[in-house]
Amino acid sequence: MRLTLKTALVAATALGLAAFAGVKVAEAAGGGDSKYKKKVEWGFNGFTGKFDRHAMQRGYQVYQEVCSSCHQLKFMSFRHLGDKGGPFYDKKYPNPIDNPVVKYIAKNYPVPIQDIDWDTGEDLPRDGKPVDKFPSPYPNDVAAAAANFGKAPPDLSVMAKARPDGANHIYSFLLGYDKDDNMFNKFLGTKVAMPDQLFDGKVEYEVIKVQNKDGSVKEIQPPEATREQMAKDVTEFLMWTADPKMEARKSLGLSVMIYLLILAGLLFFAYKEVWRNVKH
Amino acid sequence: MSGHLSTYEPKYGVTKWLDKRLPIVRMGADFMTYPSPRNLNYWWTFGGILTLCLMVQIISGIILAMHYTANVDVAFSDVQRIRRDVPFGWLIQPMHAVGAAMFFFAVYIHMFRGLYYGSYKAPREMTWILGCIIYLIMMATAFLGYTLPWGQMSFWGATVISNFFTAVPFVGEALQQWILGGYSVDNATLNRFFALHYLLPFLIAAIVGLHIWAFHHTGQNNPVGIEPKSKEDTLPFHPFYTVKDAFAIVVFLLIFAFFIFYYPDALGHADNYIEADPLATPAHIVPEWYFLPFYAILRAVPDKLMGLLLMVGAIAVLFILPWLDTSKVRSMRFRPVTRIWFILFLINSFILGWCGAATPSDIAIPMGEGKGLNFLWLSRISTLYYFAYFLLILPIMGMIEKPKELPESITKSVLGGSSSGGVPSGGASS
Repeated sequence: MRLTLKTALVAATALGLAAFAGVKVAEAAGGGDSKYKKKVEWGFNGFTGKFDRHAMQRGYQVYQEVCSSCHQLKFMSFRHLGDKGGPFYDKKYPNPIDNPVVKYIAKNYPVPIQDIDWDTGEDLPRDGKPVDKFPSPYPNDVAAAAANFGKAPPDLSVMAKARPDGANHIYSFLLGYDKDDNMFNKFLGTKVAMPDQLFDGKVEYEVIKVQNKDGSVKEIQPPEATREQMAKDVTEFLMWTADPKMEARKSLGLSVMIYLLILAGLLFFAYKEVWRNVKH
Repeated sequence: MSGHLSTYEPKYGVTKWLDKRLPIVRMGADFMTYPSPRNLNYWWTFGGILTLCLMVQIISGIILAMHYTANVDVAFSDVQRIRRDVPFGWLIQPMHAVGAAMFFFAVYIHMFRGLYYGSYKAPREMTWILGCIIYLIMMATAFLGYTLPWGQMSFWGATVISNFFTAVPFVGEALQQWILGGYSVDNATLNRFFALHYLLPFLIAAIVGLHIWAFHHTGQNNPVGIEPKSKEDTLPFHPFYTVKDAFAIVVFLLIFAFFIFYYPDALGHADNYIEADPLATPAHIVPEWYFLPFYAILRAVPDKLMGLLLMVGAIAVLFILPWLDTSKVRSMRFRPVTRIWFILFLINSFILGWCGAATPSDIAIPMGEGKGLNFLWLSRISTLYYFAYFLLILPIMGMIEKPKELPESITKSVLGGSSSGGVPSGGASS
């Protein structure tokens, strides 16, 4: 084969892509043992991917009842739960601070909000409001570390993006514990400070009530709270906390791509027309 | 061409008045009628694409700066706040981050185009050198900007790179501390990096102005690399190249949008979603993909100072390229042997990038069981070829190679043998 610029470009591009893929594979391998990696067909992947709202609601329940006793969501406020694309979005309440579910969650959150008395300046723990950030379960990082073998439990807000192939990473990690040693995670291949958390029935999933158009209430029975189900649901929720605007981004993206494709077509014909009689 | 006559005639009172005092409308009009070689191919559209990239980066960057605080306590959470709570922050932040990668993607194509078609040769040396300066400042800007989100890679990348200043003899450590504003990367570093990251793009914009001025003075190079000789050889910039550039820009934007909307993190590193922690070093510290070839050169030798010199040399050699290439023929189309060396150089650049991403002790090309060429030696061979291309191959080939016969004119090269259909229908004959 003659070595032309085109073949070289193809070869070079292939090499570049191979190198890029190599980096990504190395990265993914660095994040866990591929033998114990579990892959899920997530509904949020792909060009029109969306989060499963009910899974996110169950995932939030898992977070609140299991994870939140050690892990914070410091970049999240309660109101985010009611944002468009969030687990408790209700189109009746475009402003999520009016959303009764969000209000209820904030008010009954197990950790109080540390405020001060505005007359005396004294500490005044109070109930949460939708505008409050998710509070930390520990008074400070040192206390968090001291209570957990010297390592503060990491924040979970962007965890699903802080690991290569984040969703599958979290899922594999949560299900990767050794049966005989609940501190050893086979997926990470090491002992971890967090013992195995999930066992069948640890959380009792609430029945989801949906109001029909005629005012009647439809009850949706939740799936059984197995280990796998809870791991999957909390991963769905954490993927959303890491990328809460994903649905907005993908839906605008589709319009933008279609617009650009049409524009490219029109410009191509304009180009052909302008250059019609010009050899070049 | 420098001899481009202005055909602009002010029509209204105001434009007549202005034309006598500040002929800015004339400048724009002359830009549009500027005679460009008729045979420019799509590789020439990247100049316009790069101008767009710079504008996108500056505009999105200014908006981000309105919401960002350069302080180690809040920088990381500010980026999160931008993505969550700032209206359209979820669009503008990835646009800026992906935009940096797209900017480098375009600039590399632009540079390889210049290398292939000999655009750096007389009389266009200043255009080339200004371009090299732009590239150098781009690298600095990208490096500074990558520090700002204050993730793990931001912090450790800045630490590793600033560490190389300690290799400078005698003043190394003092120099490093002066640059960082302390003994390690910290708040003072973040603040000055932000200030400089905001400054440098405007410097780039100014030099881009000079870059464009320079090639409007000499005229553009073209795929056959011979100067236009008659009116037939050129076309007015508008509408011929405005429409061609516009089409290319929109195709480029399609790729850009694909990454922004569907894979905003594909070009970055997951570790940068972990807040900077001076006490926890990531397992692998790798720069962004556009620095990987130079990172490979930096690591190719065991000595820190030598590595630094090689990396600086790899960019410095571009500046003197116009005088290293001894051939009078610009386009590789007419240099059958050097063209193969060029193609190897292109592939070699990708191999360097591959080495930069890998762990040096890993096996790159397996030869038998557990044996083979590791990435360290592969990067050494590639580094050698990188420098040999500029310092040996180009100077020598210019002297010994017999180039193919050049066409008489651009128009002849376009039309091949026939002579009909040569007159453009557009404004070129005006």
